[in-house]
This record gives sequence, C-alpha cells and structure tokens, in this order.
Amino acid sequence: MQPTVNLWPLLGIAAVAAGFLLRANPVLVVIVACGVTGWAAHLPVLHLLESLGTAFIKTRNLPLILLLPLAAIGLLERFGLKEHAQAGIARIRSATTGRLLTVYLLAREVAAAFGLTSLGGHPNMVRPLVAPMAEAAAEARHGPLPEPLRQRIRAMSAATDNVGLFFGEDVFVAFGAIVLMQTILKAEGLDVDPVRMALWGLPTAVSAFVIHAWNLRRLDARIRRETAREAGQ
Amino acid sequence: MIVPLDFFYVLVGLLFAATAVMTMRDKTNPRRVTTALFWGLYALVYLLGARLPPALAGVLMIAMALIAGCGLVCAGRADVPPEAARQAGAARLGNRLLVPALAIPVVTMLGAVVLKDVRIGANVLLDPNNLTLVSMGCGSIAALALACRVTRATPLQGVREARRLIDAMSWAVVLPHMLAVLGLLFSEAGVGKAVAHVVTSHIPLDSRLLACAAFCVGMALFTVVMGNGFAAFPVIAGGIGIPVLVGVYRANPAVMAAIGMFSAYCGTLMTPMAANFNIVPAALLDLSDKNAVIKAQLPTALPLLGTNIVLLYFLMYR
Repeated sequence: MQPTVNLWPLLGIAAVAAGFLLRANPVLVVIVACGVTGWAAHLPVLHLLESLGTAFIKTRNLPLILLLPLAAIGLLERFGLKEHAQAGIARIRSATTGRLLTVYLLAREVAAAFGLTSLGGHPNMVRPLVAPMAEAAAEARHGPLPEPLRQRIRAMSAATDNVGLFFGEDVFVAFGAIVLMQTILKAEGLDVDPVRMALWGLPTAVSAFVIHAWNLRRLDARIRRETAREAGQ
Repeated sequence: MIVPLDFFYVLVGLLFAATAVMTMRDKTNPRRVTTALFWGLYALVYLLGARLPPALAGVLMIAMALIAGCGLVCAGRADVPPEAARQAGAARLGNRLLVPALAIPVVTMLGAVVLKDVRIGANVLLDPNNLTLVSMGCGSIAALALACRVTRATPLQGVREARRLIDAMSWAVVLPHMLAVLGLLFSEAGVGKAVAHVVTSHIPLDSRLLACAAFCVGMALFTVVMGNGFAAFPVIAGGIGIPVLVGVYRANPAVMAAIGMFSAYCGTLMTPMAANFNIVPAALLDLSDKNAVIKAQLPTALPLLGTNIVLLYFLMYR
C-alpha cells in the first residue's frame, strides 16, 4: 500500500495560479509560492532558507546562456545587425501571406536551432517588419482587408514567431531547456546525454513546422474567402 | 581543467557588478540606488557562488525578489544611436556583422564536438561536466573579440551594451532562475508526489498510451498554470515521467525529457501567464482582443500536443 501522501504542498501551485491571475509581479509570486510551499510542507524557516539558497546557487548556470552573448550581440546591434538582418528578410518577396510567414517560420526555427534566438522577436522583427509585410502581401493580391482579417494576420505573425522560436530553440545541443532537463534528471539519478535529448526533439520540431505551415495555408484560404465575400457585397 | 565553468560565473558576476556600478552613476534612472542594489546582490551570487552560506544565499534571493516585486528595479534611458546611424552601419558593414553573431554557435559546436577530449599536458581543456556551457562561453568571448574587430569598438563598449540589454530586460533576467528554484523546492516539498498521487489515483496508468497521454497533457496543463515550461518540467517529470514512464515502462529518459519539454511548450502557446510571448505582442500589434495571439496559436498547439503523445508512444523504447 502507498503511504498517505501530503497533498498540502499543492497549495504552492494554487499560490502561483492566484498570483498570476491577480497580475502580481511574477518574481514576487514565485517568492510567495516558495513561502507557501515551505509552510505547507512543514519546513522550518532556516531549513527553507537553506533549501532556497542551495537551489539558487545550484541553478545559477541557467541564466548564463542568456547573459554570456549579450556583450557581443549588443555591440553588433549598435552597428546595425538587426537592420541588416531585416533588409535580408525583406528581400525574400513571396506572393502570399501564408507563404511569406512560412518562410519566416522556417528561418526563425532554423536560426533558433543554431542558438541565434535573438535574430527575431516581437518588438524588433514582428511589429516593424513581419506583420506589415504579411498584411501587404494580402493587400497586394486582394485589395483592402476587412479589419478582423487584418488583426488575424497580425496575430498569426506573432504566433509564427513564437512557434518558430519554441520548437527550434532546444533542438540544438545544449541551450536553456536542455541544460535544465539535464540538471533535473541528474538530481533524480539519471545521467542523460544532452545531445540525445536535442536529437529526440527533432520529430516534434518537424511536426510543429508541418502543422503550423498547414495553418498558414488555411490562413491564405481564409484571406481569399473573406476578401471575395467583401468584394461580392 | 584549463577552462572551468567557474571562470564564466566570475565573468558574469563581474558583468553584474559593472551593471550595478554603471546604474549607480546613471542619473536618468529614477530608482538607481535600489536597481544598483538588485544587480549588486546578483553579482554576489555569481562572484561568491558556493562559498556563500546556503541560508545567506536564500536571504539574498528573497531580498532580490522583494526589491523587484516592489517595482524598485528600473531602467535608465537607453543610449542607442539613431535609426539612420544604424542603417548606415548596416550598409557599411553588411554581412561582416553576421560573422561574430555566427561565431557563437560555430565555436559552441567546435568545443562540444571537436575539442571535447583535448588535453594540454595532464589537464583537460574544457570542463567535461559542463561542456556545452563552457563551449558557449568561449564562443561568446570569441564573438565579442570579432565584434570589436569588425566595428572597431572597445570591449568596454560591449559591456555597456550588455548592461543596456540587461537594463531593458530588468527583473525578467532572474525570473527563469527563480522559477527553477521554485521547481526544486516543489520537488523537495513533495509537490511532484502529490501531483503524481492525484494523477495516478484518478487516471489508470496501467495502459502505456494513457500514461503517455497523462504525461504530455499534464506537462501542457501545468505549464498553462505556471506560465513556464521550466517550472512544469521538474514536477511532471518527477511525478509521472521518471516513476511511471521510465520506472514502469522502461522508456528512454532522453525521449521522455525531449518530448515532455515540447509538450510543455504547447502549454506555453496556450496561456496568458506567458505574457512575454502571448500578451505583450497583442499590445505591440494594436490588437483589440488581448488573447488574439493565443487564439491564433491554438490550432497549432492542440494538434501538436496530440502528435507528441503519439510520438512518445512509438519512440519511447528507442
């Protein structure tokens, strides 16, 4: 028989959910959740502080991936890296919104798979470039767009950036998520090669591309349908 | 070893210390003292590392969270050259700008694959336990050197640019780190066991397909709640992945981990809690519906989650 399991630590999860629903500062939510969890698990205060501190020191390898390239990337940005990359993407002229976004999806996913996660993103790529180009491609073919359709195209541009980033990111050797998985599995006594984990991400990464590209084709069909209806009225 | 991971901890610690000093002297930052304190404390975590008594490190973490949580971490005015100057730079330097950026992944690959077992005398060159991180650190240093060469800027300018980016990200820099701590605390407090208990007592895991489905859907659901796959992974992997999939069904841990994390990412596509990805863009693109990006992502996230279950079912013994 299983011994009785203490369900009270689940309150920690409830604290996180409540904190985010109340739109509190996420860092504050995390620390409150730590307190609630420690209390629910009957951890003495000193023990809780020691657990937090040990974990904080142990996981300080996680932000390295974000922090180490900043100096080089920031310097290149100052001298026009993004402008250069944007000009490169802008040269790829494609006839439809869906095809344009599919090219961006592929570029984003492949770049992310090589660790170049900063060659994209919502403020620097999607808003000034990808979304306007996606709208323009539809307008050039079908004339003025009804407002809900225009908003849908913009939302799909943002979604495409996210899908490309997420499912490209941890296909490549050891970035972010993979380091975390390795650290956690090691703590559980399982020694797993990070290269294998990256490799086994590939089938999902390919599926993500296929499914999202299919949805982008459907977007093209929707643009055709809705602009034709608009014109018919 | 000649290049240990600690070397990069010290480097990052110095970067945060520089950020603290520059912030302290930045008159455009409305909260420069508390902001400098925040980055200064973080610098201590990296510079002292394991030499810090654990309880003190815990106090440091709580102090940082309180400073950030009370809105006391702010950015100064970013010193960015005007658009025209950057366009001119892009036109003048062209593809040469891409070389340092590409040096990071290239050197990382070289280090992880080619220099893996290289020894100089009796010492291994790169820390074998943290090979990829160390390789990436070397790649970042190489990239900075190349960037300085291409742009004729000084490394100090590089540090200033890094500080500008850290400033812009603000406390979001430490959020993934703190979520990882919460994840470890969750496993210590038995949250994973409690979740596993709830799941196993309500869902029959004696079918392999159901176990796979419970694992993937659990990852996604937990991520929807937490807003971050990094928090979900330790709980669901500890609750279902390791005891049931690996323990009972003898799944390959690498397959379990990779597909599990991607199932969590399906959850990230569906939650307003992942504000950076889902809510901020809706505001940036002037969308009237703040959940429009999530709605656009659902038709990708849900079929992909189903695909993950099938992939896990068929690939887990590889």
